[in-house]
Amino acid sequence: MKKFFSKLLAAGVCTVMAVSLAACGGSGSSDSKPAETAAVEEEESTAIVIGCSGPLTGDAATYGVAVQNGANMAVDELNEKGGIQFKFVMEDDVNDAEKAVSAYGSLKDQGMQISLLTVTSTPAAAIAPTYQEEKTFALTPSASSPSVTFHDGVNQVDPFGNIFQMCFSDPGQGQGSAAYIATHPELGTKVAIIYKNDDNYSTGIYDTFKAQAAQDNLEIVYEGAFSGTANDFTVQLQAAQDKGADLVFLPIYYQPASLILNQANAMGYAPTFFGVDGMDGILTLEGFDTSLAEGVYLLTPFNADGQDDLTRTFTARYKMHYNETPNQFAADAYDCIFALAQACEAAGITNDMSNEEICQKLVEQFKTMEFTGLTGTGMVWDENGVVNKVPHAMVIKNGSYVGVDD
Amino acid sequence: MTKKKNLFQILVDDRHRARTISYTMVIAAYIIVEAMLRSGNLSNLFINLLVPVTCYMVAAIGLNLNVGVSGELNLGQAGFMAIGAFSGICLSGFFADTIPAVPRLMLAILFGALLTALMGFLIGIPVLKLQGDYLAIVTLAFGEIVKNLIMNLYVGFDRTGLKVSFVQQTFTLEEGGRILLNGPMGSTSTQKISTFTAGMILVIIALAIVYNLLYSRHGRAIMAARDNRIAAESVGISVSRTKMLAFVVSASLAGAAGVLYGLNYSTLIVSKFDFNTSILILVYVVLGGLGNINGTLIATVILFLLPEMLRSLQAYRMLIYAVILILIMLITNNQSLRAGLQSLRNRGKKDE
Repeated sequence: MKKFFSKLLAAGVCTVMAVSLAACGGSGSSDSKPAETAAVEEEESTAIVIGCSGPLTGDAATYGVAVQNGANMAVDELNEKGGIQFKFVMEDDVNDAEKAVSAYGSLKDQGMQISLLTVTSTPAAAIAPTYQEEKTFALTPSASSPSVTFHDGVNQVDPFGNIFQMCFSDPGQGQGSAAYIATHPELGTKVAIIYKNDDNYSTGIYDTFKAQAAQDNLEIVYEGAFSGTANDFTVQLQAAQDKGADLVFLPIYYQPASLILNQANAMGYAPTFFGVDGMDGILTLEGFDTSLAEGVYLLTPFNADGQDDLTRTFTARYKMHYNETPNQFAADAYDCIFALAQACEAAGITNDMSNEEICQKLVEQFKTMEFTGLTGTGMVWDENGVVNKVPHAMVIKNGSYVGVDD
Repeated sequence: MTKKKNLFQILVDDRHRARTISYTMVIAAYIIVEAMLRSGNLSNLFINLLVPVTCYMVAAIGLNLNVGVSGELNLGQAGFMAIGAFSGICLSGFFADTIPAVPRLMLAILFGALLTALMGFLIGIPVLKLQGDYLAIVTLAFGEIVKNLIMNLYVGFDRTGLKVSFVQQTFTLEEGGRILLNGPMGSTSTQKISTFTAGMILVIIALAIVYNLLYSRHGRAIMAARDNRIAAESVGISVSRTKMLAFVVSASLAGAAGVLYGLNYSTLIVSKFDFNTSILILVYVVLGGLGNINGTLIATVILFLLPEMLRSLQAYRMLIYAVILILIMLITNNQSLRAGLQSLRNRGKKDE
């Protein structure tokens, strides 16, 4: 008995260590803050504190780190320019609701006045009611589920009122993807879906995708679900192949998606893979053979190869600071900070106002203002906090995202 | 010889010392934290950790009874927590408009504890026929089965009453109805009614139950059955019955902890109660010392708070956490250190 215990404990400790090592690898780049931060540190006393929690370690770390980088860059640029000063603080929530609640406490301790809520949907849904109770304004870069902005996310009623989204909401992504696939039959006509059924994000997209597909007479031949941290998808892929699916829709995060691509390749199954914004980040996943992602389509609002000035300078600066091509999450976070700055400027917000006062003024601003950033032009928000913008289809070619022109 | 002891002597004699220390520790901790809370000296980070830490304490006390005292390795404690959490959430949601928060919380905890006790009893019938590794594997499977069952459960209610379906949501709710459990998405918009005070009261109740059991005839029987099954049976102890007792009490404590946990978050997905959570609680128990309730309490508090307190280390915090786990394990198992402690304790006794 005792022997078994020690073996078990040793195994447990090994797992913990492996996880933490992997986590460290994932977020190694997060420490390399731009040098300018030091210069503005003296002005922090008058700066407005913006907080955010996201997965800096664990399976979804790429998202959190990208948001942290993007937001830090935006804050540095704004502070350099003068005007309202900002300070950005980020806490780790490991994409877990329980940790998001304690991260929120830690952010409050650091004097957070405005929030980017969380990076991912499940923790966001858990913490959103607290933001409403404590009357703190939140603009999330990437938590796209309707349960982030509504008390009743399923029927989309009873909005929180003070939570806004910079990214598409999940229903928008599902609808957009189905409509795109229906109008581009060359990608595939028989659709298989593999989704994660215990995730707000994935089921949200899946539901609306199905509804839109039914409207557009898109044929869905197979639906496979998984939950938790599954890592074998051969059953779902085999079933999809048997049913003759030539397009596999993956409304999931990049980590399981990378395994699916790998396993499909090993089986010799080569349909068109179609992802949504969760697929973004797959190219920077460590240890992933990016050649497997060649030809993967995804719907995202940001294209790092975009030729407009804003995108070009952003991409160049991001590459300089972090040695990486920015993904959509970094762009969303960057936009969030600039949108907040625009709103703060317009509403005349200063750092000595109470959170409630700031919240009230920003809600009014966001309902009426128009914002143009990296992830869209002329973005407007409805009174529920949902953004209205146009998604772009991208395809992965030669290891980078390329816009599909249509 | 049979000089009657006064109350103080009873409290500090060898038999009851552990119990006295437990109660003192918990009550002192409660008074200190509550005082800091009221005077506003507690950071927000800490305030949000108060309820979950009491939940894990109760679950760990329960598991220690099962693993430490009864000697049966149980890897399904998170499964029992899940049953408690979601039954408590459903009950609380159903009576949200009719019963005020405090009695509703009490009712939910009672309901969750009884339901998990029943589940523990049912699962215990086949499971406790097994021993050692086999039992561990079956309880592990049990935890996973519970997780997957709840993941496919849809519960809602409206004016006409409670509606339940499995695998797919087949019912529709009338105007004003609410969905309580939405399959894999878990519970949403739960009213948060758990409080730190309720958590601490639950810890004290858990301690009272476990210590009373330990000091009773049944407790001695449980330990006897652990130490030598054949010898225990030969003196007339029904081993399967005593093991069942420990298992059921352990399960129902986990259920009560689960209710408290579930009603502390506005949304909760069942994936939270996976194998990792079971292992986490087991780590609290093993590092605190098998059969040592005080050790369990201290280990739970330290190991739960540690990752949060290490937040300033950012990306390195989980690495440091793992290193500290290993250090605790090595130090508490170091023979010469233990001998040193023992000699210190003996010297103290001689001086008396």
